[in-house]
Amino acid sequence: MPYAIELRDISKRFGAVQANKDICLQVPAGTIHGIIGENGAGKSTLMSIIYGFYEADTGHIEVDGKRVDIRSSQDAINAGIGMVHQHFMLVENFSVLENVILGAEGGAVLKNGIGAARLELQRLAHEYSLDIDVDAIVEELPVGLQQRVEILKALYRGARILILDEPTGVLTPQEADHLFRILKALKEQGVTVLLITHKLREIMASTDNVSVMRQGEMVAHRETVNTSTEDLAELMVGKKVRLTVHKDDAQPSDVLLSAKNLSQFDSQGVKRLKNVSLELRAGEILGIAGVSGNGQSELLNVLSGITPMDEGEIHFAGQVINAKAPKNAAQMRDLKMAHVPEDRHKMGLVTGFEAYEAAVLGYHNSPVYNGKILMNRKAMLDECNERMAAWDVRPPNPHLKTANFSGGNQQKIVIAREVEQNPEVLLIGQPTRGVDIGAIENIHEQIVKLRDSGKAILLVSVELDEIMALSDRIIVMFDGAVVGELDAKDADERTLGLMMANAFNEEEGVSA
Amino acid sequence: MFETLILMLDATMRVSTPLIFAALAGLFSERAGIVDIGLEGKILGSAFAAAAAASVFGSAWIGLCFGIVASICLAMIHGFACITHRGDHIVSGVAINTIVAGLTVTLSMYWFGMGGQTPALVGDARFLDITFPFADAIASVPVIGPIYSNLLSGHNILVYLAFAMVPVTYWVIYKTRFGLRLRAVGENPHAVDTAGISVAFIRYRALIICGILCGLAGAYLSTAHNAGFLKDMSAGKGYMALAALIFGKWRPVPVLLACLLFGFLDAVAVRMQGVEIPGIGQVPVQAIEVLPYVLTVLLLAGFIGKAIGPKAIGRPYVKERA
Repeated sequence: MPYAIELRDISKRFGAVQANKDICLQVPAGTIHGIIGENGAGKSTLMSIIYGFYEADTGHIEVDGKRVDIRSSQDAINAGIGMVHQHFMLVENFSVLENVILGAEGGAVLKNGIGAARLELQRLAHEYSLDIDVDAIVEELPVGLQQRVEILKALYRGARILILDEPTGVLTPQEADHLFRILKALKEQGVTVLLITHKLREIMASTDNVSVMRQGEMVAHRETVNTSTEDLAELMVGKKVRLTVHKDDAQPSDVLLSAKNLSQFDSQGVKRLKNVSLELRAGEILGIAGVSGNGQSELLNVLSGITPMDEGEIHFAGQVINAKAPKNAAQMRDLKMAHVPEDRHKMGLVTGFEAYEAAVLGYHNSPVYNGKILMNRKAMLDECNERMAAWDVRPPNPHLKTANFSGGNQQKIVIAREVEQNPEVLLIGQPTRGVDIGAIENIHEQIVKLRDSGKAILLVSVELDEIMALSDRIIVMFDGAVVGELDAKDADERTLGLMMANAFNEEEGVSA
Repeated sequence: MFETLILMLDATMRVSTPLIFAALAGLFSERAGIVDIGLEGKILGSAFAAAAAASVFGSAWIGLCFGIVASICLAMIHGFACITHRGDHIVSGVAINTIVAGLTVTLSMYWFGMGGQTPALVGDARFLDITFPFADAIASVPVIGPIYSNLLSGHNILVYLAFAMVPVTYWVIYKTRFGLRLRAVGENPHAVDTAGISVAFIRYRALIICGILCGLAGAYLSTAHNAGFLKDMSAGKGYMALAALIFGKWRPVPVLLACLLFGFLDAVAVRMQGVEIPGIGQVPVQAIEVLPYVLTVLLLAGFIGKAIGPKAIGRPYVKERA
């Protein structure tokens, strides 16, 4: 039987960087094939070549045993290839229907094609259980449904080979589970699925075969049943990695920060943060678990002083902070509260700045970096060099624009900036989002080290693995409120998952 | 009083016509993601080309063709800078405006030697007013008479074309495949590219339409509204059309209403010239002429609803993924 898609000796070079080198890949029809590798391993480049974004320097692609020339996305679509991008390619203020027919409108006047498209979409939705309101405006749909629109788009264009690039990066665990059920259904209908991810668990749970990429090369092909998480992780990074964090029991002491009944309303008057109270002790890591968008971001913003609270108060460093006596982010910094924001591109860095400039943001008025009139560039550079060595930032070039570092190295620059100021309290949001395994390990170690030096850490993460591996105590948030608190030792994935969906008590009630 | 109103509305239609053409031109361009501050230059360029050709060939229609071609050429320069070379849209637009302002005067002096004007157009070299059937017969009928024979009848063909372009634009933008792709390209060009459609081709076609409409606006100014080209005769109409485009939130019908409002204010300004208003005295014309811009600024500041433009506007499309 010919393969659904076969890559032969694909190579691609961008300037000095060999992004793909002699890649060979064979994907049997009707299977789910995982492609795993660290960030920057060349997965996305390879998929872009298959989808016609880039042309390979050498090598060729075969679909169903026939050689195809893919020079544009149109060629890829014609060859029956569809792609669900990591960042959705949707027109947000269009309806689902308009998005799906874009590029295949069925005639110069929309009216002719749109009725047929509506029927076809209903058929597809029914066949693959991809229910959706086709007249809904895309930006009003939750992320999980937007992704469904992307899948429908590909199927509508007749895709028999579906590529998904990091599909679960933006999904809640529940939405991710649903996605994998959909992929199974697609497979049963004979669709071939290529799943790009750096999450080992997803590969193990959903694929038939898996190929591992490292530094632009395809280093191994495995049948999923004959491999293990540890095996794959080792192949990915080329060395043994620990997936769990080794740390001693916490020695929590004084309460450094306490928040009472914090509430915050958004500009529409909707209560986003609902009477949240918490205590943060020296020498502990408090994990905030929750599905993304359940008030964690608002909590971080209020605690760090970025947005003022509307109700409640914070006791910190001998001060009482409330709606009448607010403190802004700079004032909170002065009280030795450091903050690693969730979104490093929007809030953590100025991507057009060179590394040494980004490394002092927020502390730029400190006398260390300033002469009498001008900033002390030498002091900034020296310190940046030191930190880059200590934190293993690559490349160790303080003059490189921060935009040009990989995700993991950008994050190291941000975390180093905050941690090296020796704060009493560190708020840290999504510390390893978009960061590769090698760097995750390093970042986790640094967080534990900070805890062991008697500081208090508040960790917000949507990665349950991370919450469970790092935290000493876990608080679960749902719909802006705290719905549960438990010791990290008592936490397992199922309990947390149910609490995150606010279904814990109900289910307990049923089983009791 | 009623007659005054009819006269002012009549003037509004005449003044609004180039605004409507130009604002719709801007609508095509901006909905496709290309900022077009060069409307002004295209109108002026077309006005000159139309008047020059009309005076040489003695035909308003040939003049119109030349005007449109000149305007399309300018639009293509804009496209070459902004689409092909990913230049800054504002810089390119301003450059076009500046070049055209100088070039039209220079060329007209060189060709016609009349101090930057073109010869006065007479007869077929101008678009003449069309009188509807029975317009004279029912002119004396109260209410309907003046509306029919003074307001609706008695304009040149381009005025009617401008108003007809509004439903046509609406249909193209919202009801056709081209319109869907055009709107998509202005919102998220990546989505269009991944759907297998060329972003550049759509944007170039949008700019061609923009050129045609600006050509109509310019030809109207020099061969219909006036009888020849005058230095700087576009007089900020391109900018006012841009303001109307924003005021109408990039949608055809609201844009038409905005053009009519601005045209009406212009007609009022002309009418108020030197008129004493009891208790206030003489209102300076400039105070009324500035109103369209003041209104637009208020709109942009969020006092009158919200003006949300196409998301990808002004950003060059780079194929590499975000």
